[in-house]
Amino acid sequence: MSVNGVLVCGEITREGDIDSITLELLSIGRRLAESSGEKLIVALFGDGIGKAAEEVAYYGADMVYKVESPLLEGLNVDIWVEAVDGLYREIQPKILLMGQTATGMDIAPRLAFKLNTPLTTDCTDLNVDAEDGLLLRTKPVYGGNVSGVFKYQEEPQFVTVRTKAFEPVERGSAKCEIIPFNPDIDRSMIKVESIERVKEEVVELDKAEVIVAAGRGIEEPENLEKLQELLDLLKRYFDSGEIGCSRPLVDQGWLSSPHQVGLTGQKVAPQLYIAIGISGASQHVAGISGAKKVVAINKSSEAPIFKIADYGVVGEYEETLPAFKQKLEEIL
Amino acid sequence: MSELKIIVCIKKIPDPEAPPKAVSIDSEAKRVTFTGVAPMINPFDENALEAAIRLKEANGGYITVLSLGEKKSKQVLSKAFAVGIDKLILINDANLKDLDSYSRAYVLSKAIERIGKYDIIFTGRQAGDWDSGQTGLLLAEFLQIPSINLVRSVEVEDGELIVKKVKPDGYEVAKTKIPALITASNEIGELRYVSVKQLIEARKEPVDIWNDDDLGLDQQKLRRLGIVDLYKPEIEKECYFVEGESPQEKGENLAILLVEKDSVISA
Ligand SMILES: Cc1cc2nc3c(=O)[nH]c(=O)nc-3n(C[C@H](O)[C@H](O)[C@H](O)COP(=O)(O)OP(=O)(O)OC[C@H]3O[C@@H](n4cnc5c(N)ncnc54)[C@H](O)[C@@H]3O)c2cc1C
Ligand SMILES: Nc1ncnc2c1ncn2[C@@H]1O[C@H](COP(=O)(O)O)[C@@H](O)[C@H]1O
Repeated sequence: MSVNGVLVCGEITREGDIDSITLELLSIGRRLAESSGEKLIVALFGDGIGKAAEEVAYYGADMVYKVESPLLEGLNVDIWVEAVDGLYREIQPKILLMGQTATGMDIAPRLAFKLNTPLTTDCTDLNVDAEDGLLLRTKPVYGGNVSGVFKYQEEPQFVTVRTKAFEPVERGSAKCEIIPFNPDIDRSMIKVESIERVKEEVVELDKAEVIVAAGRGIEEPENLEKLQELLDLLKRYFDSGEIGCSRPLVDQGWLSSPHQVGLTGQKVAPQLYIAIGISGASQHVAGISGAKKVVAINKSSEAPIFKIADYGVVGEYEETLPAFKQKLEEIL
Repeated sequence: MSELKIIVCIKKIPDPEAPPKAVSIDSEAKRVTFTGVAPMINPFDENALEAAIRLKEANGGYITVLSLGEKKSKQVLSKAFAVGIDKLILINDANLKDLDSYSRAYVLSKAIERIGKYDIIFTGRQAGDWDSGQTGLLLAEFLQIPSINLVRSVEVEDGELIVKKVKPDGYEVAKTKIPALITASNEIGELRYVSVKQLIEARKEPVDIWNDDDLGLDQQKLRRLGIVDLYKPEIEKECYFVEGESPQEKGENLAILLVEKDSVISA
């Protein structure tokens, strides 16, 4: 007999810890489980993930599935899809939740095809329709200029959830049961072979407390140095800080992609976000809705960034920035 | 090796940088409408086109561009001729509107079967209208070929594709057998410059139009977008504009504001 329920496919960081998206999914998953009277199940995948599985059992789920295999080391997409598919067939969940992460973006569409069910990606809110019990899937469309609510009949009700759209669930004191699951996977399922994994730059934008972000308005890559100086100063007063940017800077090779903030970049939630020479296109703004305070410096008073900023400076940043920095040093 | 047969799937969308005020909702018809917004090729599809052109330049090849959409997409899509594609096919049928990603992938797969032999299919990673990011990977599933998502560079070597795939802290080098599908990320490169004159010339090129019957579609497989509601999100904040006689003075006042009034920065 199958378990049904709401199944959260969690993620583990490369260091073997529970990824924040797992706790965010458990938070919305709990709400959905309650409104549909279903169990909440979380699954973790990988090799040697015992520690993370023990830990995740404290975060309000009714069951943990520990899906382990040496083949799940290194996250080969083809293998991973088969593993989730196998678990799906065992549990037959009514609702299936994944993160709209690098991994989720790769797996969810392929899995949706296998399960022959419509997938709604990058949801920012989810509710159960009281009339028919189906999932109401809210997702930003047209770059965030419009919100859409979608509904489909097919099971499982399958969505990916935007990172940072929900607060992570708190650790509790009760621990739920952990069920090991052996997926039926083998090497022959691999269609795309990984040759090499190259680490270029680790940018912890998602955890940064202060972000100084550059847009096309900074005009020359050399000018990034001025932003870095400001960041270095601010980092004395915040626990962590990073340089962020809009997409054109990545396109031009001024910064590597891990610095990009927005719809197809990182979602951030710093205490302070300083946008310099960024127009504020909806696709950029989609990444900063979690920021506590947004400061925008832009020479055009019409720039849409001011519509979402708390504090605005209309002016050339070259002139504003040195004075801002000097004054900070003076009064802090 | 014989020349590469490349297919690029591109879509016409309204300019994704249109300001919020140019966008409105027809709640009754559950439609998004635009005023004074120019149509264009989805930016990631332009990246896909550029990658295809570079492969053709390096290896020799024949590029077919495929699009499912309105008849009036023709003008916008024909830009592809200006950068050096060989054939443009537009799938157009009143019955093929408002499809979800799955069904769009299905229709594209039937068109590709009709085109015949191919080595590489390119799509963009995501279309800036419904921001779904699924069609490419689903298309590969329909065609039962390998696919690689979010690619930033491609090479062909001895019947294999070698790509760099974007990862959160760098990239992964991966390889697969041809035929295969690739979804292009912006890092793969911007579409080369096209002059107005080239654009005008490109519009004279012939476009093949295929309809529902040409493709022999299974109507059961056509799923519509399940739209329950569309609305404009309220995201506007009240921005406090920092005052000052000069940009310098504004900079100083910003520091005072953040430290002394708001205390978002504190020693
Ligand atoms: C599907 C899709 C996904 C996308 N995803 C993302 C994403 O994840 N992240 C992202 O950022 N973009 C994304 N984009 C691109 C986005 O639409 C915009 O093109 C991009 O954000 C614009 O970057 P920008 O503001 O730096 O450049 P611009 O729009 O060119 O703005 C430059 C700004 O600098 C100001 N400026 C110029 N000189 C100065 C000066 N001296 N001092 C002060 N201000 C000055 C100008 O007034 C202007 O407002 C996406 C687009 C699509 C279609
Ligand atoms: N109607 C269409 N015609 C041609 N290609 C499309 C169409 N819809 C989607 N695509 C391709 O699939 C990619 C992803 O689209 P989407 O899943 O809608 O975000 C796009 O970047 C296009 O390359």
